[in-house]
Amino acid sequence: MSGKVQVEMALNGEATEFLCEPRQSLLEVLRDVLGFTGSKEGCLTGDCGACSVVLDGRLVCSCLVLGPEAQGKAVETVEGMAKGNTLHPLQQKFLEHAALQCGICTPGFLVAAKVLLEKNPNPTEHEVRYALAGNLCRCTGYDKIVRAVLDAATVMQGR
Amino acid sequence: MHAITYDSPKSLAQALSLLATAGEKARVLAGGTDLIIQMRAGVRKPEQIVDLKAIAELQMIAFSPQDGLRLGAAVCCARITEDAVIKQHYPGLVEGAALIGSDQIQSRCSVGGNVCNGSPAADTTPALIALGAQCVISSARGTRTVPVEQMVTAPGRTVLQPDEILVEFRIAAPQGHSSDCYQRFIPRNEMDIAVVGVGAAVTVEGGKFTAVRIGLGAVAATPLLAKAAGDSLVGKSVSAESIAAAAVLAQQIATPITDMRGTAEYRKHLVGVLTRRVVTEAAARAKAK
Ligand code: FES
Ligand code: FES
Repeated sequence: MSGKVQVEMALNGEATEFLCEPRQSLLEVLRDVLGFTGSKEGCLTGDCGACSVVLDGRLVCSCLVLGPEAQGKAVETVEGMAKGNTLHPLQQKFLEHAALQCGICTPGFLVAAKVLLEKNPNPTEHEVRYALAGNLCRCTGYDKIVRAVLDAATVMQGR
Repeated sequence: MHAITYDSPKSLAQALSLLATAGEKARVLAGGTDLIIQMRAGVRKPEQIVDLKAIAELQMIAFSPQDGLRLGAAVCCARITEDAVIKQHYPGLVEGAALIGSDQIQSRCSVGGNVCNGSPAADTTPALIALGAQCVISSARGTRTVPVEQMVTAPGRTVLQPDEILVEFRIAAPQGHSSDCYQRFIPRNEMDIAVVGVGAAVTVEGGKFTAVRIGLGAVAATPLLAKAAGDSLVGKSVSAESIAAAAVLAQQIATPITDMRGTAEYRKHLVGVLTRRVVTEAAARAKAK
């Protein structure tokens, strides 16, 4: 019953193949099978957003996706955000604004914020808070995260 | 989570034959935002998962002024809230779909899953009840159609047999001055489960209601059609008085429980408040057409 299945997906743009048990989540696959430990496990119930990744262009909780569901799909994780040694503007602004403390929530916030800014390059504070409502942080109180995202939006638009 | 097998059939026929063989051992998967959590918690223990997301019929959004809306059961809520045609004709359905979870959840959760999960507090079900949605259900034995208000039989239970799949919803095209509205009450701004949710769909001609349907959520073991409340408005003029009287009738069929989200008395009160608000708003939208 627990035979492994072979899955092919594009992970941060690179063709990737893996074997997993169907009961394993995409999060488990990323972390334990592929060694991509950027995505974090917080709740495993879709509430905290620490496991957020982009699946075929949509933001999802990777804890609520089964490994085999990634077959033929494009998956983007926090590991795909920096280009070589150059951080993504969101990552840079999170550092500058000290928008993290323990850091468990940070990869999820970065991925969610990246999706937001791709859809809406110039969001209001309200829109940022609304778009990040699926990401929980127990450390920062959110304010610095919101400021970092707004600042990154400004930088990314070259303003 | 327990061991499972996983299939992702590309056609409805394939999916139906898988279910015909597997019976109770299988469970269909759409977005997984309820099912995967339930499997992890050991609440549901299917041995075989049949993923429906690769089946074209279940991913369909099609609207025509003659036939109305055909909405595939596995269409994710993000696609519904992004769809300009659905927004124009069925704003209440979009309001219900938009209220389910975060952006992450919206990318996966479906209206079909929302109904089939069988929660009395499902946000899209009262909106679908108000719209008179019909559920097209298929199995290897054939196809049947069930009004959405008859789908859920008890919390977590539906009329679906183990070999059946909810394929699509059919919703009639709005006629004349028609519109709808869904609102729920929660104690915070978002990311919560309805204390009470109410949907209404109305048609208004010359200042009078000519058709009204009202759906209630989270006030009984299953989502409810408040038939008497809707019928009472037909032929009445659109006024605060007529709407208030209908709201009282809606309250009468609510049999809520007391739980951590609210007391039974509070929920009854909210049924009145929300019924007045959604009927009033749906009527205003209908008149503006
Ligand atoms: S671990 Fe996936 S949402 Fe919390
Ligand atoms: S920095 Fe610790 S949870 Fe957000």
